[in-house]
Amino acid sequence: MSDNHDTASMQDHIRVYLMVFGALGVLTVVTVLASYLNLSTSEGIFLALIIASVKASLVLGYFMHLITERKMIIWILLMTVFFFFIMIFLPLISNIDHAGDPAQWWKVL
Amino acid sequence: MDIPYVVEEREDTGLINSKLGIWIFLASEVMLFGGLFSAYIFLRMAALPGDFERWASELSVPMATVNTVVLISSSVSMVMAWASLKMKDFSKYKMYLGITIFCSFVFLTIKYFEYSGKFAHDIYPSSNTFMAIYFTLTGLHVLHIIGGVVVMLYFYLPISHKMWDKQPEQFTNRIEVFGLYWHFVDLVWIFLFPVLYLL
Repeated sequence: MSDNHDTASMQDHIRVYLMVFGALGVLTVVTVLASYLNLSTSEGIFLALIIASVKASLVLGYFMHLITERKMIIWILLMTVFFFFIMIFLPLISNIDHAGDPAQWWKVL
Repeated sequence: MDIPYVVEEREDTGLINSKLGIWIFLASEVMLFGGLFSAYIFLRMAALPGDFERWASELSVPMATVNTVVLISSSVSMVMAWASLKMKDFSKYKMYLGITIFCSFVFLTIKYFEYSGKFAHDIYPSSNTFMAIYFTLTGLHVLHIIGGVVVMLYFYLPISHKMWDKQPEQFTNRIEVFGLYWHFVDLVWIFLFPVLYLL
């Protein structure tokens, strides 16, 4: 009985995996098509990163089972994200300091 | 002596040790690749306007798109391999792991043609800043793929059947933990692809 229940539950999971697979394929095509749009560099970067983030969320949530994962894993990842942004933004702040006017600096992007 | 908490969960963490270990390892990997992504941003900011775009246009978008689909497919087959073990179907596990290994070889072969195409046109990491960060990021990613292939081949060998027969739950957990690593490698590529090839 328990084995049958487990198998049925896994079959549901497999259906979700295949749907996520389809979504990732579609989003990959959308990423390529979006690169042909007539966007400025900063708009292009923003759009590409949004699509990549959606794809990453699908992989993290469903393939890596993060949506049903224990709180400890979630806390480890939140801390990682926090330190990741510190790692990126500390040099960014230093760069703005040296570049002077931040408004001019953003134009470089 | 058996390794503790590889099948049953620890009471304090609610996790098996191997899963906690791989997530901490992956957190360190985020910082490794994150540092290089950060380097990419600063190199791009410091480059002459249009310089990165010009060199990025030398890369093959069709090849990278195919590689993206190949890697996503390998991620799906990896999770299907784990699901097969959960359903106690070892032969299906072997089939799906075989597909994952095949996909990783396809990825490496396409990457080989990409790299050799660049070298044939005298484009090397030393040629310019964009190519330096391109080869560094994709090279590190390729090393992760190769490392993953070595582990997958180990889990594909006949010894895997013995492990499965002896301790099926522990073996299933091993595949789940390796799967987390493999999905992370896929995740990195999901960001590398637009950043290097399309922007």
